[in-house]
Amino acid sequence: MANTYRGLGKIGLQDEEEFVDILEDKRHCSDLSFAFRTFSPPPHKGAAPCSAAELNKAVLESQYLRYVIEEVAVETGSSVEEVRGEVRRTLGEMSQNLQLRFIRLMAFTFRKVFKRLFSAIYVNVEGLNALQQAAQEGPVILMPNHRSYVDFLVVSYIMFSYDIPLPVIAAGIPLAGMKMVGEILRGSGAFFIRRAIGSDKLYWAVLSEYVRTIVRKGFAPLEFFVEGLRSRTLKSLPPKLGMMHMILEPFFKGEVFDVTLLPISISYDRVLEESLLAHELLGVPKPRESTTGLLKASKVLQENYGCMHVNFGRPLSVRRLCEGKINRCQYNHMPRDLPQKPNAEAQACGSWLAHLMVRVQEEDSLTSPWSLMACVLLQVPTAALTEEGLLFHQLTEQTLWLRKLALDFGAHLSWPEKASDPDVMSSAVALHRSVVYRKAGRVYLLLADEPERKHPLSPEEDTMRTAAAVLMLASYRNQSLHVFVRPALLALAMSVTKSTQRDELLTCFCFLQDVFGNEFIFIPGRSSEDFEEACSLLKKCKALHVSQREVTVSDAGPEVLPFLQELLRPFVDSYQLMFRFLCEESDCVFTEKEFLPAVRAFATKLVVSGELPTYEALSSDVQKNVLSALLRLGAVTKTKTSENNQYKVNKTAVRRTGDMLAGRIPPQITQAAPDARL
Amino acid sequence: MASNSSGDSSSRHQTARHRLSVIAGHLQRPADSNAAVLAVECKAQGTTPNIRTGVRSEGRTVPRRRQEIMKWNGWGYSDSRFLFNKKGQAEFTGKRYRLSGMIIPGLKDWLESTFGASLQHKAPATPILNSSAVQPPTVNEAFVEELRSTGVPFSHEAEDRVFRSHGHCLHEIFALREGKIGRIPDMVVWPNCHNDVVKIVELACKHNVCLIPYGGGTSVSSALECPPEETRSIVSLDTSQMNRILWIDEKNLTARVESGIVGQDLERLLNESGYCTGHEPDSMEFSSLGGWVATRASGMKKNIYGNIEDLVVHIKTVTPRGVIEKSCQGPRMSTGPDIHHFIMGSEGTLGVVTEVTIKIRPMPEYQKYGSVVFPNFEQGVACLREVAKQRCAPASIRLMDNEQFKFGHALKPQVSSIFTSFLDGLKKFYITKFKGFDPNHLCVATLLFEGDREKVLQHEKQVYDIAAKFGGLAAGEDNGQRGYIMTFVIAYLRDLGMDYYVIGESFETSVPWDRVLDICRNVKARIVRECKDKGVQFPPLSTCRVTQTYDAGACVYFYFAFNYRGLSDPVHVYEQVEHAAREEVLANGGSLSHHHGVGKLRKEWMRETVSTVGMGMLQSVKDYVDPNNIFGNRNLL
Repeated sequence: MANTYRGLGKIGLQDEEEFVDILEDKRHCSDLSFAFRTFSPPPHKGAAPCSAAELNKAVLESQYLRYVIEEVAVETGSSVEEVRGEVRRTLGEMSQNLQLRFIRLMAFTFRKVFKRLFSAIYVNVEGLNALQQAAQEGPVILMPNHRSYVDFLVVSYIMFSYDIPLPVIAAGIPLAGMKMVGEILRGSGAFFIRRAIGSDKLYWAVLSEYVRTIVRKGFAPLEFFVEGLRSRTLKSLPPKLGMMHMILEPFFKGEVFDVTLLPISISYDRVLEESLLAHELLGVPKPRESTTGLLKASKVLQENYGCMHVNFGRPLSVRRLCEGKINRCQYNHMPRDLPQKPNAEAQACGSWLAHLMVRVQEEDSLTSPWSLMACVLLQVPTAALTEEGLLFHQLTEQTLWLRKLALDFGAHLSWPEKASDPDVMSSAVALHRSVVYRKAGRVYLLLADEPERKHPLSPEEDTMRTAAAVLMLASYRNQSLHVFVRPALLALAMSVTKSTQRDELLTCFCFLQDVFGNEFIFIPGRSSEDFEEACSLLKKCKALHVSQREVTVSDAGPEVLPFLQELLRPFVDSYQLMFRFLCEESDCVFTEKEFLPAVRAFATKLVVSGELPTYEALSSDVQKNVLSALLRLGAVTKTKTSENNQYKVNKTAVRRTGDMLAGRIPPQITQAAPDARL
Repeated sequence: MASNSSGDSSSRHQTARHRLSVIAGHLQRPADSNAAVLAVECKAQGTTPNIRTGVRSEGRTVPRRRQEIMKWNGWGYSDSRFLFNKKGQAEFTGKRYRLSGMIIPGLKDWLESTFGASLQHKAPATPILNSSAVQPPTVNEAFVEELRSTGVPFSHEAEDRVFRSHGHCLHEIFALREGKIGRIPDMVVWPNCHNDVVKIVELACKHNVCLIPYGGGTSVSSALECPPEETRSIVSLDTSQMNRILWIDEKNLTARVESGIVGQDLERLLNESGYCTGHEPDSMEFSSLGGWVATRASGMKKNIYGNIEDLVVHIKTVTPRGVIEKSCQGPRMSTGPDIHHFIMGSEGTLGVVTEVTIKIRPMPEYQKYGSVVFPNFEQGVACLREVAKQRCAPASIRLMDNEQFKFGHALKPQVSSIFTSFLDGLKKFYITKFKGFDPNHLCVATLLFEGDREKVLQHEKQVYDIAAKFGGLAAGEDNGQRGYIMTFVIAYLRDLGMDYYVIGESFETSVPWDRVLDICRNVKARIVRECKDKGVQFPPLSTCRVTQTYDAGACVYFYFAFNYRGLSDPVHVYEQVEHAAREEVLANGGSLSHHHGVGKLRKEWMRETVSTVGMGMLQSVKDYVDPNNIFGNRNLL
């Protein structure tokens, strides 16, 4: 088990794999002739082509939906015909309408836009070849990470360029609402899923049958974002499991021989939405997706966003991954079309796979020099960074040191080979002039220009301004956090426990994984493997001695360990702040709507007073994560009243968690032991 | 019978024959109650030397020394085999089959292109049995002494013993071809009648000898393999000489038959009286009535005649506890769990079936073959499902997938006239070009109709109409008939494959209708993937057919074979792949076996198949009936 995926994750990028710039070789031909290129994917070995209408018909007439429609009709008291009508409408709203002419339009537009935005779009050809092979064999699920709206069609664009069958893509319903664009997206293969489906049984049934039918028919790859939505922080998000189950079910039930999962890691040097995201995290609502909004955003298109790397991972066979994890005979006793919830085993398997995919995405993603620089910059106190800046050569030096560490930890870097190191860093600073600027040999954090005002900024307003800049910088740090997170947790455990005993450290490590389980993605039930991995990586970079019973600091330790601890500081501080807020300031019962502004105000106050060193506590993402973590740990319970979720705090438990995190009391694992089969 | 179109004289002749056999039955019946008299009778028959075939008036197929007419290390008759003649053309030798003496021009190319085999690379079998490789028998002197006094013939000869030490699993035949002989029976006995069996079983119990019943020897479940851990003397009880039809009851349409009779003899003898059982498993040339009962056999024409459990009216079985049989021959009883079902499928673990009353039917007036081509397998399965739904399945309906269709094509004998080949070309053109069928997807269903002429024609039309709804095109009687002829020669083909590094086997399952397509696809794909994973250098042949339809599902038959050149332990690889394929069958809702049985090959899955309680029930029956494990072949449990 421990090794199941170690071999897998590394595949995407075996030693310097070759990346090709897809903009480069196409720049010579015109956009129009590119859009009208002959598109001839090799034929699929088993699957027949299936039009959008045929797909909808198959879904509508499925035995499964027949069962569900009858059930719903009985439950709601409406007639079967009415329910069928509802299903038909839902399908209309949902369904894709993949057509080559739309793809050509999309390819034409994208090429124009991409050439302006990006210096290069790098793609690993080997991965594409493997994908092309896999696409002929059986259903393929493309699973990209989601960091930008650009992700949405870039995969289709690449597939179009390389003669690989075009995917149908799961998208959020708001996109469908955009005038024209919605229809173009549909034509490009998008199908639309409502947010917050909750307990809408009929909708859930239609969606799952739609997805399963796509998988069963295998006429096109299916693309979906396992994280569910764009990550506002550029960190991986905990995977969503519903879609994963829909995809696995046809395999579990033997309706397909295998399902191929293909993780795709998209890494940006600079993300188009960077400032938007930071403001969103600070509570400025996200602008609604609309066509006019898109046109207005065209000023974003004036800038350069550096390179983009799209790394196609090795195809992973669900059949092989699930060997010994799922008993497919369990479906022998009932009609397979009968609506039934996946059992615990199937759920655990789906969850495991979803987490595994996120992990592979992380491992396959490329870390940019800028991301490492962001790690270094954020170790400087914010006030110092805005006012005094950091000496450029110091930044260079530390970044190069970190680069070595990252390589030791197995990171894949997108470090330009031809340029000298200072040049690389200079151009990174130049590319990110929206976040930092360089003056007189020093690098400073850039605060956004404020419009002219009558009165000077209040300290609170100023805090928000700084916070926006910090969060932007932090999001670039987050791009590479996954490289360091396991060793960093071990380093943190060492500082928390002040112990060198392996078992004590392991306990604390598990506790930390538990607390930060929403912050960083860990495969469930693999804590001790993660711990081993952390030990071996820190041993490799000579920071630790690891023996049977003990873990002790070695030569490089005094340099590496504090750096790693510092890397996680903002998270620890933010969590402690939230614990304190819950224990001291909040009522025992509150709603999410009340919680977020209150905790933000509290954090702002502490930042202003200088008591709280990190601005990251202001991020709504961290705040929500803390709540989820406490829910998971049982220190907070959730009850549902009408629209709003209501939370009830067990202050003693929260305080205890805080004490454990601070090392005042030894940690205890509160969660039940994970399923042994995982 | 009277409806038979044959002339008056022959009809009278037949009637006379019936009466004779009925009388013969009557004559024997009183003897049943008097063991002494019967014993004499048995002995008299047994001492008559009937070793040469064809001489015996009844014309029974199987002599005591089977090796005289059958291969000791391959399938079937010694005189019938495939070979490549001097011109490099495939040929089927002998005179017994319709294919005998014919050239099969397409076989070489098919063998080469399908398996990557080559006529240059031969893997010949050990030609003759090396008796020194055979372990000397463990003789239980006391048992032999007493047995001798009963007059039942027996043998310690190596050839006799080796012949009865195996069925026809790949690993069994492979070992024989290599001249490797493992644990084999220590002696062979040939009882002549029920009472002989009673005596043998009594003696075996008395002297603690292990008995393994042997019927036709066509098992493909390792059922005949001697457990290597068995230390007692193992006696193979060969039922082949118990091969008489004891009586025919024309009023009730039943016949009492001794269990050792092989299928072809049973049918031929009944046919002489104008009857048939209609039970035709693919192995019917060699498999025996007792074997059918012991394994829950299924016949090709079960749609009309039923499977063995539908055909059997009465069973007599000798067990270590005594004889088990029902008191009457009522057609159905509500008397607790049917004790016949303890015997049917018991695979020789409880005792020896000695006599069976089986249903018979007047021979059908008219038989007609047919075939339908479908554009793809999916359509074909949909058609079979519809046929089953309307309950109008012909005597036999089988659907071959594309690979098997091609295989069948490769087995076409050389056509004699230019006209036929022209017609063939025309047919091919019509189907692939005019009708747009893809030759790499199309598949064929073969059909067999039986009954009176008018009804057959009516029935035929009904089935073809359904087929048309699923895009099926009628493809002629010849194609259909050839499909069924192939059934009997296909087993010979494996021996040819083995001469050229190709090993393979078939296995079967039964599965609900909604799973048929899925199981076919997944099992075939699993075989391909496993072969690749296990280092097989050439793509395997992995193909299937749907061979039986039921109300709630179908029986699916898989063939799988590969070229094993470059593998150090081909049989082990083969077994691993077969194991994986069976796992896949089970994971796809398929049964452990439809009619091959469990034997020792599939024992490991019995518990999950019948549940722990079910196993306990079977075990307790075994413990009661045979507490000392006299019937120690260790099948099933």
